[in-house]
Parts: sequence; structure tokens; C-alpha cells
Amino acid sequence: MSWGLLLDVTRCIGCGACAAACKEQNDLPLPIEERTTAYTWTTVERRGSANVRRLCMHCLTPTCVSVCPVGAMRKTSAGPVLYDADKCIGCRYCVMACPFGVPKYQWDRPVPVVGKCVMCASRLAAGQPTACAQVCPTGATQFGEREALVREARARIAREPQRYVNHVYGLEEAGGTSVLMLSGVPFEQLGLPVNLPREPIPLLTWRALSRVPDIVLLGGALLYGIYWITRRREYVRRIEAAAALAEAHPRPRPLGARSAGEKEAT
Amino acid sequence: MNGSRPASGPGFRWTFWRAAFAALMLVFIPVTVLRFTRGLGATTNLGDGFPWGLWIGFDILCGVGLAAGAFTLTAAVHLLHLRRFEPIVRPTVLTGFLGYLFVVFALLYDLGQPWRIWHAVVFRNPHSVMFEVAWCVILYTGVLSLEFAPIVFEQLRLERPRRILRAVNTPLVIAGVLLSTLHQSSLGTLYLIVPEKLHPLWYSPYLPVMFYLSAIGAGLAMVIVESHLSGRAFGRRLEMDLLEPLGRVMVVTLGLFGLLRLDLLLHDGVLPAVLDGSYESRMFLLEFGLGVVLPVALLAWPRIRRSPTGLVTGAMSAVLGFVMHRLNVSVTGLERASGVRYTPSWMELTVSVGLVATGFVVFAVAARYLPIFPAEAPVEEEAGGAGEAWAGAPAHR
Repeated sequence: MSWGLLLDVTRCIGCGACAAACKEQNDLPLPIEERTTAYTWTTVERRGSANVRRLCMHCLTPTCVSVCPVGAMRKTSAGPVLYDADKCIGCRYCVMACPFGVPKYQWDRPVPVVGKCVMCASRLAAGQPTACAQVCPTGATQFGEREALVREARARIAREPQRYVNHVYGLEEAGGTSVLMLSGVPFEQLGLPVNLPREPIPLLTWRALSRVPDIVLLGGALLYGIYWITRRREYVRRIEAAAALAEAHPRPRPLGARSAGEKEAT
Repeated sequence: MNGSRPASGPGFRWTFWRAAFAALMLVFIPVTVLRFTRGLGATTNLGDGFPWGLWIGFDILCGVGLAAGAFTLTAAVHLLHLRRFEPIVRPTVLTGFLGYLFVVFALLYDLGQPWRIWHAVVFRNPHSVMFEVAWCVILYTGVLSLEFAPIVFEQLRLERPRRILRAVNTPLVIAGVLLSTLHQSSLGTLYLIVPEKLHPLWYSPYLPVMFYLSAIGAGLAMVIVESHLSGRAFGRRLEMDLLEPLGRVMVVTLGLFGLLRLDLLLHDGVLPAVLDGSYESRMFLLEFGLGVVLPVALLAWPRIRRSPTGLVTGAMSAVLGFVMHRLNVSVTGLERASGVRYTPSWMELTVSVGLVATGFVVFAVAARYLPIFPAEAPVEEEAGGAGEAWAGAPAHR
């Protein structure tokens, strides 16, 4: 069972109850900031007339999971993308690479970690919805099974096509996300990236990375071959030079010794 | 370890560069303390919009690339058997070794929790480019230390370990070339993950190939620059007969790099963006002019390539253009998408300059006390046995 969230921007009144509940649930320090930070995992941004929640999209094939050198990021089968602060070395590749700009870093601390929404994984395990979905007064944030939410999103668009942009954001973006969005205005106006590839982004690096064994095997054989050939060539050259020298300055040889010309042939 | 307290001996004199280094250290050390007590936010201009800055773009990307001379020259001498380059192998291996140590130290400043750097070895993620780079850099630094060790053993007259290392030299050099090929290109692969963030003038699926080619060119350019600098410092003549062919190889690799770069831009339809007058286009033109056009134009011309001034100018221009390219990939090309204009803080600059300067000092000390440079034939005794061919060893040991 893979859980997700459906965010309906047209239903959001910007009350901020989700952000407050998130702070409480995850023991995060106040205040609720205008943009997400390592201490504010979700917040409601005002974009024109729309209120849009920012939070981790919980990608189906997350970029952060693929880039992390120590495997501190993990996609669970229940849906949440989890972060293990005890493994993190602080390279911030996840902050750099995330297509949605989600992971944030504790820049103000000497011993910093990453902060991001974890889809209330502990509540999910206990059979409860996320804190933000629980408190949302208008149903703008709805918790459920991702497949069911996709059906619900399509049904809403079909029911009220004039209310919505005909697109379920997160269905295919970057290979699909567990968090889905519906909007009444084009998604770029909400500050969301709309130029994302439809295939999972980690494939871009994997195509290069998967060649490593070929480079090692073929490269190693090639290099040894070059070494072998040039060494042989150098050896032959040295013998020939010695032979030429011997021919130019013939020395009396003990009886039975082979001539330089014969030696070269070996 | 070698020659205790060389700098404060009875012969120590203050020179301009020594005073400058001491002054730099007076700032560098407190900045280091601040970095580790106050954190990255207090000392750098980094933030969530721009999580990687000068320390990644210059110290790591350029540091690794400029140290590439070590793998190309060891391959030329030990795999291709181009023995005449032997005299410049030792200073190049030293440059490479110090370059990688510089990178590792810079990484300790950049990582949020550097004391956990060993996690990369223990908690593995083979899907991560960073993981591959980490492993290759660790292993190759090991290879470089083993390629450098014989110089120390020679100085200490330790024959047995020297003979053991000579026996494994070929696999060692092959491993070095393979590891370098992997991580030099992987530094470019790091940026394949941000197709929607990196400006099209710099993003390309061929970034790994371009990083590999440019590293070979820049590594060789660095050999020439390093020879020039150590020549000035130690009063040695430039080995033009050895360096001039490197200039020729540079023409080929830089030319290939430039052609590939233009071809990809043409293919992606972004060639017009080169001349659209934007901030990015101007940075591109500067990078391409310094890194490709000028050095190729200078070095392709035999008369210029054969003059020390021409060769060194071409090499320095190539190094500058190389640094520009890597900073453009890691900083300039990402600014528009992030919406943040990043300029490094003075403390970030101090750390980078301080680490580079420390590298120069360690090089000078090593060159003074270890047999790095071959004896100049006419000066000392006529080059005798192989053992005496290396001068620079202190007589008092």
C-alpha cells in the first residue's frame, strides 16, 4: 500500500493550520517561515490569488535517494521518503539535486543536518493520516492511497473542468510523485518546475554510472595491451641498437660466441 | 619528518613570499576556527538556494582536474614507454599528490559533518555519483602516495620497500589511469542530475566526456606552469624539449574539447545563445576564449610553442579557461535557475587561497629535501650512475 497526498490549490484558504500541525508533530521550532527551511517543513505560499503548500513531493524514484553517497535518503514502500540524520555527512548533494528544491540545510548550526517533510511516517505506521491532512479544514490536503487519489483528482477535473487546469501535477513529473496537485492556475505560476523530464531523473546519472564496469575491464585490458606492445618495441629497439653498435665497433670475440646478428633474431 | 624545522634554521631569511604566507596564515587559522565552531552559514555565502559554492567549484572540481597531469604523465612514461619524459614525472606526481591532499582538506571544510567522512566507505550507495567519486578519490590518493613513496624511500635509502613498489609499478599505474578516468569524468556526471537547473550553455549529456578531456588538457598545462614556477623558484631552466611536446598534445585535447563543445551547442540549438549578450553568454565567451581559442592559437604555432614565454602563456591561459569552465558549470550556470546571485564570502576565499598557498609551501619544502628534480647535467658532476642522477638532496643528511 503506497500512501500519498492530494493538494487542491483551489480549496486552500491559506489558514496555515497544516504548517502549525507539522511543527507540533515533528517537534520543530517556531516561527512558521514564509519559505520552507530546515525548520519549516511545510508552509503556505501566496502566489497571486492562489495559496500553494510547499512540502516534499515524495517522488516515486527520488533524486535525493539516488544522489546521496551514504544512503541517508530512503523511499519506503508506504510512500514517505525518509532521511537518516545519523548517516548524513553533509555533502548537500540532495539540496543541490532535488528538482523541487525540497531538502533544506541547517546553515546556522556547527553540527547541521538536513530537514524535510517525512510524510509523518510514524503516524502512517500507526494507521493515521498525516498531521497536515488531519487538521486541514477545507479538504485542500487530502490523505489516501496514491492510486485512489489519482482517480479522485481526475474525477474532480472531469466534474468541474472550468475550475481546474487539466493536469494532475505529480502524476508524471520526474517519474511521478506521491504528492499530487490540482490547480486553477497554470502550475508555473505556483512556482513549481514545469520543465521536468517525465522519466525518473536518477536515470540521467545512472546511464553514465552503469558504464563503470566496462571502463574498468576494457580500459584495463587496453592499457595493459599498450604497455605490453610498447615494452616489447622498446626491448627490440635496444637490442637493435646494441647490434648496430657491435657491428660498427667489432671486438675480438672468444671462439664459439654468437654474432650480434644472430642474437637479434631471438 | 624530513630535516626538522627547515624554515627556522640559522639560514632562514624573511622574503616577500614568506611574509605574505605568514600573513595569510594569520587570517586563515582564525577563519578555520570560525568555520568549525560557527558552521557554514556564518562563514560562507552558501544557503538553500545555493548549497555548493567556491569550495566545490574551485577547490574540488578544479583541484582534481589540475592534478590530472600525474596520471597522464605516468601513463606516458610507464605504459607508453616514452622514457624521455621521465625527468618531469617526479615533480608532476608530487603536484598530483599535493593536489589530491588539497582536495581532501577542502572537502573537510565543505562537508557539514566532516568527521563522518568515513561514512562514504561504510554506508554505500552505488547509484550515487558522489559515492563513486569518493571511492575513486580515496583509492587514487592511495595510488599517488605509493607513486610518491619511492622518492621518500630513495632519500631515506630504504632499498627493500623501494624494490617492492617497483615490482608493482605497472598495475599501480594502470589502476591510477583507470581511477582517474572514472572520477575525472564523474565530476561532470555530478551535474547530469540537474538538467532543468543548469544553463543550456553548460548542460549536456556529454559533461563526463568534456570533464575528462578538459582535465587532460589542464593537467598537462599545469605541468608546464608548475615547471615554470619551480624553475623560477629554484633557478632551473625550463626543460623545453620535454614541455614543448606537451604543448602539442594540449592543442589536440583542447581542440577536441572545443570542437565537441561547439558541436553539442549547435546540436542542442543553443549556439545563438553564445552571442546574445546575456551574463551567461559573456561568461561563456571569456571561458572559451581563455580556455580554448587563445591556447590553441598560441600553441598550434611552432614558433610560439617553442619559446618559453609563448608556451607558458598558452598553458596559463588554458589553466585559467579551465577554471572558468568549471566555475561556470558549478556557479554561473546555476544562478539563473536558483534565483540567487552567489559570490563567495571573504572567508571562503581565504580558505581556498590559504589551502593553495599551503600546497605551494609543501611543494617547495619537498623539492628542497627530496630528490624531486633531476640534476642539471652541466652544473654538478657529469650525470653518473642512476642513483646520483637526482640532486637536490641535502648534503647534511
